[in-house]
Order: sequence, then C-alpha cells, then structure tokens
Amino acid sequence: MKVLVPIKRVIDANIKVRVKADESGVELNNVKMAMNPFCEIAVEEAIRLRESGHAEEVIVVTVGPAQSQETLRTALAMGADRAILVEADPAPEPLAVAKLLKAVVEKETPGLVLLGKQAIDGDNNQTGQMLSGLLGWSIGTFASHLEVDDAAVRVTREVDGGLENIELVPPAIVTVDLRLNEPRYASLPNIMKAKKKPLDMLTPETLGVDVSPRLETIRVIDPPARAAGARVTSAQELVDKLRNEAKVI
Amino acid sequence: MSILVIAEHDNTSLRPATLNTVSAAVVLGGEIDLLVAGGDCQGAADEAATVAGVSRVLMADDPALTDGLAENLAPLIESIARDYSHVLAPATTYGKNLLPRVAALLDVQQISDISAIESPDTFVRPIYAGNALATVRSLDAVKLITVRSTAFDAAGQASAAPIEMVSGSQEAGLSKFIGEELTRSERPELTTADIIVSGGRGMQSSENFEMLESLADKLGAAVGASRAAVDAGYVPNDYQVGQTGKVVAPDLYIAVGISGAIQHLAGMKDSKIIVAINKDEEAPIFQVADYGWVADLFEAIPQLEEALDSPSP
Ligand SMILES: Cc1cc2nc3c(=O)[nH]c(=O)nc-3n(C[C@H](O)[C@H](O)[C@H](O)COP(=O)(O)OP(=O)(O)OC[C@H]3O[C@@H](n4cnc5c(N)ncnc54)[C@H](O)[C@@H]3O)c2cc1C
Ligand SMILES: Nc1ncnc2c1ncn2[C@@H]1O[C@H](COP(=O)(O)O)[C@@H](O)[C@H]1O
Repeated sequence: MKVLVPIKRVIDANIKVRVKADESGVELNNVKMAMNPFCEIAVEEAIRLRESGHAEEVIVVTVGPAQSQETLRTALAMGADRAILVEADPAPEPLAVAKLLKAVVEKETPGLVLLGKQAIDGDNNQTGQMLSGLLGWSIGTFASHLEVDDAAVRVTREVDGGLENIELVPPAIVTVDLRLNEPRYASLPNIMKAKKKPLDMLTPETLGVDVSPRLETIRVIDPPARAAGARVTSAQELVDKLRNEAKVI
Repeated sequence: MSILVIAEHDNTSLRPATLNTVSAAVVLGGEIDLLVAGGDCQGAADEAATVAGVSRVLMADDPALTDGLAENLAPLIESIARDYSHVLAPATTYGKNLLPRVAALLDVQQISDISAIESPDTFVRPIYAGNALATVRSLDAVKLITVRSTAFDAAGQASAAPIEMVSGSQEAGLSKFIGEELTRSERPELTTADIIVSGGRGMQSSENFEMLESLADKLGAAVGASRAAVDAGYVPNDYQVGQTGKVVAPDLYIAVGISGAIQHLAGMKDSKIIVAINKDEEAPIFQVADYGWVADLFEAIPQLEEALDSPSP
C-alpha cells in the first residue's frame, strides 16, 4: 500500500505573526517558515507504517509556491520516499487544494491519505474532510491513535467529550491530532540523502483543476489588544478584587 | 433568506453549542430551520422545537445516523442544503468533522469558525491562532459556515415550532462506530462554564490536579488545561484549551502554572477576567492577565481556597 501525505508550508509555530499595515494579510517576507506541525505528525506516522511493514511507499505532496520544495525536502529527510509539488502561488483555498489532491490520489492510488487536522495559518480544518467527500472515501478526523491492516483502518479520535473509536473501510482518509506521535528530527546524513530523492512538479493546469478563489479577503486586522492589569500579592487581595472590583465571584 | 442550522445532539438532547449557532443564524436574519439528524432522536427534536428563533425542526431519524458519522450524514444534508442561502453548524469537533464534507459535495468553500457577521455574505474569523482577524466575503451561492460558540450568546426558549420528518439517509458502508470513552464529570462543561480553573505543566502530576479540582468545586467552576498538561497525561484530552483544543470565554479564567503560549492564549483570551498564578514573573500569561499573582502554586492554591472560605472584610 502507498500512503500519501499532503503537507503545507506555513509560518513557524513559534513566530508571532504581524498584520500588514495595508490590512491585506499577514507579513510573510523574511519570516521563518516551517512544515505545519500537524503535517509533521502525519509524515511521521506514514514513515512508521512503512517501517512496521504496513506500507510500501510514502509520498508527500504539497500545493504552494516554489519555495515549498524546502518543506518537501524536510519530509524526504525525515524518511518519505518521494515528493510532488503542485505549484500554485499563493496556496489556494482548501476546496481547491482538495480538488488538486483528488487528482493526485487518482494518479497515485494510495490506500491511505494522512493529513494534518489543521494548518496553523488559516486554521481552516477542512482539507481532509473535503478530500474524503470528493473521493467518496471513509474519514477519521483528529486521530490520536491509528491501526492499519488490510481489512480496516482503526482510528481513535479526540472529540469534545473525550475519545471515540471508529473503524474505516479502506481506502481511507485520516487527519491527525497532536498526540498521535512525536515526529523525529532529520539527521544530517538523511538531509543529504533527501537531496537525491525524486521530486515531481505538477501544476493546477496539468491536473485540470480550477483554483479560482471563492472567498475574497476584505481586510486582515489585529485582534483587540488586552492590556496587562494589576499585580496582587496575596490570596486575600485576589479574592477581594474578584468579589468587589471585577464582581465575577 | 433561509438558513439551515445543523443541530449537534446525542439523540436525547441538544449539545449547548447548537444554541449559539442558532443565535448566529438570528443575526443573519431570515427563516431558520433546525436539522436534527440522528437515530431515535425524538428527544433531541422535541428540545430543538423549543429553541427561540427556530421556525421549523427537520427531523431525520435513521439507524445510519445514530452515531453522527460524516459519511452517512453528508449526503442527507447535501440533498436539502440547496434550498437554503446559508447552512450553519457549530465549530465543535462534530461540526468540524461534518460540514467540510458537505461543502465538498456542494462545491462550496466553507468559512470556518466565524466570530462575527458583517452582512449575509461577509464574515469575520480568527486566523493564525487568533493573532489576526480576517474579514472575508463569500462568492458561493450557498454559504457553509461553522460558528465559534463563544462569539454568540445561547438562544433562549420559545413555544414549540413544528417538527417535520425528512428522509433520504442511507448507510454508506464506509465507517463504523466502535465505542467511546467520554470524560464523566459533575462539574460544568468547559465551553459553557462561567468560571474555569486551568492548570499547566507547572501542576507536575495528575494527583496535583486534584488541588485545582477542589478549588474549582469551591467556585462552581470547570477545569481546563494546557496542551503540555494533557500531553503529560495529567488530565484527559478534552480538557485542552487553545488554538487546537477548545475555545472558551468565561467570566473568570484562572490560569495556574501555565506560561501563556500563543496557542494557549488563542483559546482563552476573550475571557472577561483573567487571573494568572505563576512563579515566573516574566511568564507571558501576565501580559493578558487582569490580576497577576507571582507565587508558587503549591502555596497559592491552598491559600486561595482558604481566602474563598472567609468573608471579605
Ligand atoms: C501546532 C500546535 C498547537 C498547539 N495547540 C495548543 C493548544 O491548543 N493549547 C495549549 O495550551 N497549547 C498548545 N500548544 C502548545 C503551546 O505552544 C505550549 O507548549 C503549551 O501551551 C505550554 O503549556 P504550559 O504553559 O502548561 O507549559 P510551560 O510553557 O512549560 O509552562 C509552565 C509554566 O508553569 C510555571 N510553573 C512551574 N512550576 C510552578 C509552580 N510551582 N508554581 C507556579 N508556577 C509554576 C512556569 O513558570 C511556566 O510558566 C500547541 C503547540 C503547537 C506547536
Ligand atoms: N496547500 C496545501 N498543500 C498540501 N496539503 C495541504 C495544503 N493545505 C492544507 N493541506 C493539508 O490539509 C491539512 C489541513 O489544512 P486546513 O484544512 O487548511 O486546516 C494540512 O495539515 C495538510 O495536511
């Protein structure tokens, strides 16, 4: 079985983003970029499936600008076998990404597609679910545990009330949550090896997908600021303030 | 305009975020139908009929819908959604799992997690863990939207609206519900609680979390946690507050032994009053706290409990 892992290049999770003065978006110039943390977890899980003999090949794919090749190389250095870049700048909306991924799935015929549950730039949490709808495949979202065999994909999902266990008929789509695994770091020799692994280039045109946006961004602004308040030095002072000043208890 | 709201429920009763989603529909204006799709879900449908603002309850009752599996629910919603200008679902794990699949079937770009409505086609949503607010206009014929529950009040009650049956659901045969391990608690639910006491890595163990539970009980509060506390296994996953956990906005949020990473702040910075208790006076959580107390939590929490027992002078 092949495992396909769609990954996204985003602003590094440790960077505090800055909104552009013209309100057109957030500043991306000279900002440290990285693989979306949830995608790292998906790549890690795919590699573990191959290492445990449940998968033969791990293919990573991204839709984005030319620089996204760096992110693909990171995934190859972690241990993915080959990579595909669908070049589109900027990366399109989730629906269009899902359509492009559907076209890639039809070319590659994976048995499992592992995605992050959410990209931490747009916080959309949509792409995997949309891909499953377009393909008519089963879906397990927010996975914190995964078991794969020929007959079924078993997923433990993190839901609002706790955990839920479901079983999927393959081929399946799974979106991964934070506690599924701890992604490995790429070693230096593996980073060198990754430079020689195959990386194919595609475009939305060659895949025959219309990626025109359906949403128009009117403005992007800073959220209302919250100012630091007062310091207290004792429990009694805190309780008095909460009772008499804030009146919340 | 006509709006379809997808109810989240457990077949017997509605989940609270449904009420906030109805309020968002009321802001949009127009006729509101509330869909209760489940198995043996008369109880939930009866409750749905009493939600203020709802014109009609649509009830789809089928064994294939009992467990809320997206593969079985999505085609049903797709088949009725075209009659509406808007389809809304709560931005809970239920709505996040389901609505994008419907959006793909309808060829619509969903708008996730809206926090405000500017006009029938223009919405505000937080991006980058709430570090920016985007205003977007949808060009799609039908708008599919998930609603951030903390941004809209819960709808009240009204006299009963009619319940109509809808059919057309089928077992897709793609997935199977096996079971669940739900966290049982006598305390208020995190997303609807007026007061939340949250603990972080500074708590050091699940035993120590009992201190927070005891404090929470004194305040009638819910208990939450940072990702670090959940990852360390101190508390279950559903306690996590943040960008990728639950978004909360209580009257009072008490953060204990939590540093205040942006991903945590994303889930709680719209709380009315924030209290931070942390031994590191440089901790970023103090930058958003209305009341900051630099203290060792193992001394501070027992003192706080004691102070709550004594009347203010
Ligand atoms: C993709 C992604 C998503 C994430 N999503 C979330 C999310 O949804 N929610 C979330 O919370 N985090 C999330 N995180 C993690 C986040 O970045 C932080 O790592 C996490 O919030 C830190 O938790 P913490 O504050 O408990 O731990 P730490 O940052 O380790 O802070 C512990 C604090 O406790 C204090 N402390 C220690 N001992 C004591 C004591 N005895 N008395 C008083 N104070 C003490 C310390 O001074 C310190 O400030 C996410 C990260 C990523 C990359
Ligand atoms: N441009 C993209 N290219 C490849 N995969 C993507 C892209 N955007 C999103 N994804 C995948 O979909 C997941 C969820 O993203 P989103 O729906 O944008 O929150 C990500 O973690 C990726 O696995």
